[in-house]
Amino acid sequence: MSGTDHLDAPTGLRDVAVVAFAQSSHTRRTDQLSEVELLMPVLHDVLKQTGLTANRIGFTCSGSSDYLAGRAFSFTMALDGVGAWPPISESHVEMDGAWALYEAWVKLQTGEADTALVYSYGKSSPGSVRDVLTRQLDPYTLAPLWPDSVALAALQARALIDAGHTDERRLAETAVRSRRAATANPHAQLRGSADVEELLRQPYEVEPLRRHDCPPISDGAAAVILAAGDSARALHVNPAWIRGIDHRIEAHQPGVRDLTESPSTRLAATAAGAFDAPFDAAELHAPFTAQEIVLRRALDLGDGVPVNPSGGPLAANPVMAAGLIRIGEAAALIHRGEARRVLAHATSGPCLQQNLVAVLEGAAGTEGGAR
Amino acid sequence: MTTAAELLAGIPELAGVEPVTRVTIPARLEYTYSPGSAQTRFLTALPDKRLLAERCPRCTRVYVPPRGACPTCGIAATEQLELPHTGTVTTFCIVNIAAKGLDVEVPYCYAYVLLDGANVGLHARIGDTPYADVRIGQRVEAVWNEQRLGPSLASISHFRPTGEPDADPESYRRWM
Repeated sequence: MSGTDHLDAPTGLRDVAVVAFAQSSHTRRTDQLSEVELLMPVLHDVLKQTGLTANRIGFTCSGSSDYLAGRAFSFTMALDGVGAWPPISESHVEMDGAWALYEAWVKLQTGEADTALVYSYGKSSPGSVRDVLTRQLDPYTLAPLWPDSVALAALQARALIDAGHTDERRLAETAVRSRRAATANPHAQLRGSADVEELLRQPYEVEPLRRHDCPPISDGAAAVILAAGDSARALHVNPAWIRGIDHRIEAHQPGVRDLTESPSTRLAATAAGAFDAPFDAAELHAPFTAQEIVLRRALDLGDGVPVNPSGGPLAANPVMAAGLIRIGEAAALIHRGEARRVLAHATSGPCLQQNLVAVLEGAAGTEGGAR
Repeated sequence: MTTAAELLAGIPELAGVEPVTRVTIPARLEYTYSPGSAQTRFLTALPDKRLLAERCPRCTRVYVPPRGACPTCGIAATEQLELPHTGTVTTFCIVNIAAKGLDVEVPYCYAYVLLDGANVGLHARIGDTPYADVRIGQRVEAVWNEQRLGPSLASISHFRPTGEPDADPESYRRWM
């Protein structure tokens, strides 16, 4: 790297960086808080980090789901926490906040804005998230069977074990590693873990998955500020530059996919330049242990690359925010000088149907291992 | 309009097949909705016939019902206060079409009532007066629904005219 201020000459893209990241402390229930009451402190935190106010942000984009909230147009009230006056340039995606970040990144590429506020939130506690997620499936042939998210992940884990790519012990090791890493993350919901032997003595949740193979059910929110070029340099001494970002989707029907592979992750990673140089760390949005195995293979991540030093979604999984948090945690590693090149991944849909990969880099000379 | 049978007729493999014209797939999701701290305070005070509001510490606007945030400033509306049961009509309409599931006889008068001290209109019905007499600036007071007092805005049956002179337009011009 010869510096951080070059334009990517072949593509003519603007340099865009993550300059701030904030998240809530994720918990099983937040009955005492409305969505805006959950979100607002996170927005204030991320704005305070940069000294910006909402009316100085060029573009605001959010991600959330009415199916989780159980109310139509639930995101409109979350805007109360932003302060949309004078009227702001704003958009919303009914997707994880990582895709809101992608829209904001595109907006910055057009040159119409130099800064963007991206946020997302999800309260899984009002309903049954396992049932809610069945509603994203084919409404005629699949959704009527109510195959819940854990059952679909179990189909994927079984296929992986059968193909010889993993076994129940390695899955348990993934759970232990993630939740022990989360002891250093004050925002995580599950911090620490019993050892592998004890976990393997527990009963199955949905065979071959045990409880430890599944993410916790979480309420939470996250926010990121993006900035382009000199704006980014003015807002952070060590911006986390997005060197590449891409997302790809596979067929809607899980039955037509080979669940042991993730070609969409592979393609997105290739387009994002992930294979051009090694990573110091990776934040993977793998809510189930077996999905980390799929992603590691798709991304060529060996055991030498620390995966989910934050604890990952196995330690806190606020649906609709967990993907954005991966990008935020990856950027935070760079901001703190603990890593120079980090991969961030987000997923959507059943069994890793849709995947987003972002490559984040700090300035040269800030190399260091992940925490 | 093309019928399902006509559409199938173009597909040799499906010649003579009875078309599927409807599938019924029931789905039900149940939620326990949490209104949050600010709205919970507001709702739980209604059985006691109290109208609680919040003031934004920056722009000093008073919101009722309170939502915990000032939508203009994007900050917590932290100051709690109680409002009187009187206010001013800032706009209204006469509804002549019965809404499905709404247990109200038509026609009825639907209005914004700017409670005294508030900076946002409360949605309410106007009653106990000929609708032809309802007007912007009219002074009204809450009529509580003594039989249905509970943590819901249904605790207020409607607003009725107080008979006072109309409010000075300057008092509500900015909050219409």
